[in-house]
Amino acid sequence: MLKIEDLHVYYGGIHALKGITLEVPENKIVTLVGANGAGKSTTLRAISGLVPVARGKITFRGEEITRTKTAEIVKKGITLVPEGRRIFANLTVLENLNMGAYARTDKEEIKRDIQRIYEMFPRLKEREWQAAGTLSGGEQQMLAVGRALMSRPALLMMDEPSLGLAPLLVKEVFRIIKDIYSKGMTILLIEQNATAALQVADYGYVLETGNIVLQGPGKELAANDEVKRAYLGKA
Amino acid sequence: MTGEIFLQNLANGISLGSLYALIAIGYTMVYGILRLINFAHADLLMVAAYVAFYGILVFTLPWWLSFLIAIVVTAILGVSIEKVAYRPLRDAPRISVLISAIGVSFLLENLGIVAIGARPKSFPRPEDIVWNINIGDISFLSLTIIIPLITVILLVAVTYMVNKTKIGTAMRAVSRDFETASLMAVDVNKVVSATFVVGSSLAAVGGIMWSLQYPQIDPLMGVFPGLKCFIAAVMGGIGSIPGAMLGGFILGMGEVFLVAFMPELSGYRDAFAFVILIFILLFKPTGILGENVVEKV
Ligand SMILES: Nc1ncnc2c1ncn2[C@@H]1O[C@H](COP(=O)(O)OP(=O)(O)OP(=O)(O)O)[C@@H](O)[C@H]1O
Ligand SMILES: [Mg+2]
Repeated sequence: MLKIEDLHVYYGGIHALKGITLEVPENKIVTLVGANGAGKSTTLRAISGLVPVARGKITFRGEEITRTKTAEIVKKGITLVPEGRRIFANLTVLENLNMGAYARTDKEEIKRDIQRIYEMFPRLKEREWQAAGTLSGGEQQMLAVGRALMSRPALLMMDEPSLGLAPLLVKEVFRIIKDIYSKGMTILLIEQNATAALQVADYGYVLETGNIVLQGPGKELAANDEVKRAYLGKA
Repeated sequence: MTGEIFLQNLANGISLGSLYALIAIGYTMVYGILRLINFAHADLLMVAAYVAFYGILVFTLPWWLSFLIAIVVTAILGVSIEKVAYRPLRDAPRISVLISAIGVSFLLENLGIVAIGARPKSFPRPEDIVWNINIGDISFLSLTIIIPLITVILLVAVTYMVNKTKIGTAMRAVSRDFETASLMAVDVNKVVSATFVVGSSLAAVGGIMWSLQYPQIDPLMGVFPGLKCFIAAVMGGIGSIPGAMLGGFILGMGEVFLVAFMPELSGYRDAFAFVILIFILLFKPTGILGENVVEKV
């Protein structure tokens, strides 16, 4: 579904991605793991068109999107839940969800989708009219995920959705990821919690300072000694 | 002070306050979305006034058509200024954009002086909209009623647009976070342009009504009202639309009553604005309705 070939990204003089090649097949969960600063967020941001690609090619459903504008990429079906939630604090919960559906015109379906999100996250319904900035961190994360789902993406990319959440909420986030996935969505996931991410993922890539150093089915990677030592904090 | 004179001053205060409020909204909207003090905003008043002036007196168009053309031209100019002078600098340090805004302002003023001449011209007052109303002993201009009326209609419309419509919600989202708004498939440039259309049109209406009320126009006519309205916007809490309205009315009323109660201070009329500004900022640095932004990380 999504193909990345030899992707290079620079931030000024910093060579952040040094030729990444990866693939996200339809209806799969793919995860990127790696240490801080490895280039995980940069990869997702490049796919979304938020950072310029210096070299390489990104194709989505056979169509090249390497230099397509962010808004157009979203319309083609790729939505990113950005690192750090980035909800619109000055908008209400409901307005945030509606912003997620900005490109859509099917009003009735939008209303139904909002109800579905509320079923998935009842806490959001209770806080429908509240300014999103007043939500707790976990609630904001739910809102960020809900808002992204409102665009009805074919490919949902999530950048550390469980960052800063209590263990119980982290479990909840992974339950929701599986839930979304079971409804027929393709997911590209970045997680600090590499163990959990590799457990749910069909396929994983290990990133190290801008290069992919390992790849394989999620559970195999989770069992790989090198990965365990470097990223899972196990001897 | 007799009741009549009080009413007279009240009416003058409301009408001056209305003009300030209309113009202040443009400052606050642009600031809200670009974090930029749009110095050129003040000069849009002048541009609108001259377009209306030439429409009526040179092209002998009906007044309403001239006003309409003035509003459209001013809106187009406002949007073009953003495209040419601010957009290319969007990722540059904020001070660069500010300097660019000052440059545009000087450019417009000096173009006006070169092209039209610095000598003031007297703005026409169409009889359809400007006439004397006499009730008992008091006599006042129809503008005293028309200006606040039009202002209130426009303020309600802008408030509705910003809070209830899709484009308004997008404006608030963009003002918060450009990048994330683009991740919602929002075309950020279009939203910024829409903001300039609204702000500049209000400035045009303000400029035309200003010229009707004080019918002497010259290329620098926007400078002082612009400065006052900027103060009004800061006083109300820059970035806040209700704040700009409130700031405008406080300033207009304050000025009129200062002169009415203490005529010996009328020479300080313009300084007054700064005095209230300083007082308000001492007690509430973000302005009356400015948000103390609480953010969870
Ligand atoms: N805006 C920027 N300007 C300059 N350098 C940047 C910028 N953003 C990221 N970098 C650099 O690019 C590299 C990759 O960053 P990236 O955010 O992709 O890492 P990451 O894998 O997501 O890390 P983390 O797990 O900490 O989120 C890092 O060395 C980082 O310092
Ligand atoms: Mg990251």
